Amino acid sequence: MTDMHLVDDVRSKDIKSEPIRKGFGLGLLEAGKRDEHVTAACADLTGSTQMNLFRDAFPDRFVEIGIAEQNLVTVGSGMAAMGKIPFVSSYAAFSPGRNWEQIRTTICLNEQPVKIIGSHAGVSVGPDGATHQMLEDLAIMRTLPHMVVLAPCDSVEAEKMTLAMAKDARPNYMRLAREATPIITTADTPFEIGKAYVFRPGQDVTIIATGVMTYQALVAAEILAKDGVQAEVIHVPTIKPLDEKTILTSVGKTGAVVTAEEAQVAGGLGGAVAELLGEQLPTPMQRVGMRDQFGESGEPSQLMEHFNLTATHIALAAHQALARKK
Amino acid sequence: MRHIYAIPELELKANEIRQDIIKMLLEAGSGHSAGPLGLADIFTALYFNVMKHDPENPTWEERDLFLLSNGHCVPVQYATMAHAGYFDKKELLTLRKLGSRLQGHPERTKLPGLETTSGPLGCGLSQAAGMALALRMDKNRSRHVYVVTGDGELNEGNIWEAIMLIGKEKLSNLTAIVDRNNIQIDGPTEMVMPLEDLKAKWEAFGWHVLEVNGNDIEAVIDACAMAKAIVEKPVVILAHTIPGKGVDFMEYDFYWHGVPPNADQAKLALKELRTLKGRIKSEAHD
Repeated sequence: MTDMHLVDDVRSKDIKSEPIRKGFGLGLLEAGKRDEHVTAACADLTGSTQMNLFRDAFPDRFVEIGIAEQNLVTVGSGMAAMGKIPFVSSYAAFSPGRNWEQIRTTICLNEQPVKIIGSHAGVSVGPDGATHQMLEDLAIMRTLPHMVVLAPCDSVEAEKMTLAMAKDARPNYMRLAREATPIITTADTPFEIGKAYVFRPGQDVTIIATGVMTYQALVAAEILAKDGVQAEVIHVPTIKPLDEKTILTSVGKTGAVVTAEEAQVAGGLGGAVAELLGEQLPTPMQRVGMRDQFGESGEPSQLMEHFNLTATHIALAAHQALARKK
Repeated sequence: MRHIYAIPELELKANEIRQDIIKMLLEAGSGHSAGPLGLADIFTALYFNVMKHDPENPTWEERDLFLLSNGHCVPVQYATMAHAGYFDKKELLTLRKLGSRLQGHPERTKLPGLETTSGPLGCGLSQAAGMALALRMDKNRSRHVYVVTGDGELNEGNIWEAIMLIGKEKLSNLTAIVDRNNIQIDGPTEMVMPLEDLKAKWEAFGWHVLEVNGNDIEAVIDACAMAKAIVEKPVVILAHTIPGKGVDFMEYDFYWHGVPPNADQAKLALKELRTLKGRIKSEAHD
């Protein structure tokens, strides 16, 4: 098995945390240095989405669109048509939340490689409440033909992902979280669009996670180990196209599955894995995520607990899946 | 050497394009009649005089860029492109049929020469802005972006977002042409959702406004030349057109916005257009 070069101890009190969007900001700046075709546009949230680094370095390649998300992605489509590699950012609730049809027609059907960055996704946005906690983005973007859907697990991976997006010829969507998230990967951890990675080997149950929930999945595996259950943890930074081979290989071995995401399980990662296994390898499965409900105001950690989005809940779901295993 | 067409030659072209539109819609059995007929003069002006383009080489790197924002009017674009030499006129009769490159609404990836995919309204001007911004970033001053929008389309919020941005950025390498035919599906524009004072609205967003008779080819050509010469502001041409132009029973009637003619109506329409053609010819010889 390939060494994933993760940090030594995910349960360490000293683990460093950083907002995932920071990695995006650094990655975009670097992508801009490497390729003069890279451009950026933002809808009045340049600092929040960390596009300010790029704007300050390349003011001539940055466009301030104002609070106009429909215009944001369609201007992006026009720039891509001219050979630019446009990154367009806002909060996920507004882009792709508000401008989905524009993305469908002018980017996906029109096959223009616009890079859409949706920041502040998930209930961990916190006090801003349900209006700003985007939960449906994975589902609505995953159903779009030609669209690649990405969710990094930490800021280090977000930086690598941004550089990979700049080289990818397809339309891409990347979901980012607001809160500081533990950094579990290192510069040597592999990343490629379209690949899922076994972050922890095990043989009893497979935990498939994306975004900020990958850290929780690794902690859940430690909890399960104390109960004598060896969980295999697969990190899925690319929700579409799904790395079916890695998932089927693991599930074929363990015979029980849990998915974990900070999004609606309907149509999200849980939906994607259920579709795959339903057709190819029906397996006892539990999905951790939001279940047809909206978030609310609160502190991020309170909300993750309130909506059953923690390592403890993933471990519980693993036991439920194991109980159904024949 | 590029052929410079005399105005009567262009009028005859527009007439032939109108006849092809009728034939295409009859064969397709669905589609929009009024808008395409009303736009035939503007399209003739753009493709046979105003724009720099090469039908033999649709991806020519020095070409001007043209976007049809109200994609439902695409029969006029297909017919004009065929006349300009992008593809054989016979292909026009495949409109809206399975496997055709001529989709009911334009799709860039299907037909070389289309710059974008459109249909859902209000998005063309934003894409034109993206193109104009890209040209400015590249310091390219030789290419120009043209976009045609409907007037009913101006109900869309997205288009005002674009109008605001283009005004702010002063993108004078872009010309917008509004097909001001005063109709939309549910009725006259001023009853469905009033647009007037349309000139004042664009001006308030930082644009220079030109108004022309959009069925006068010479006036359209002149307006486009003037639009290009104005560099202080972006320019919009409010082109007043007659919906259904050239076919008496279709003119001004919003019923014809979204329906094709049946066989009898098509026969009548073609007869009228041929008579009109004879008139243009005899006037040209006077």
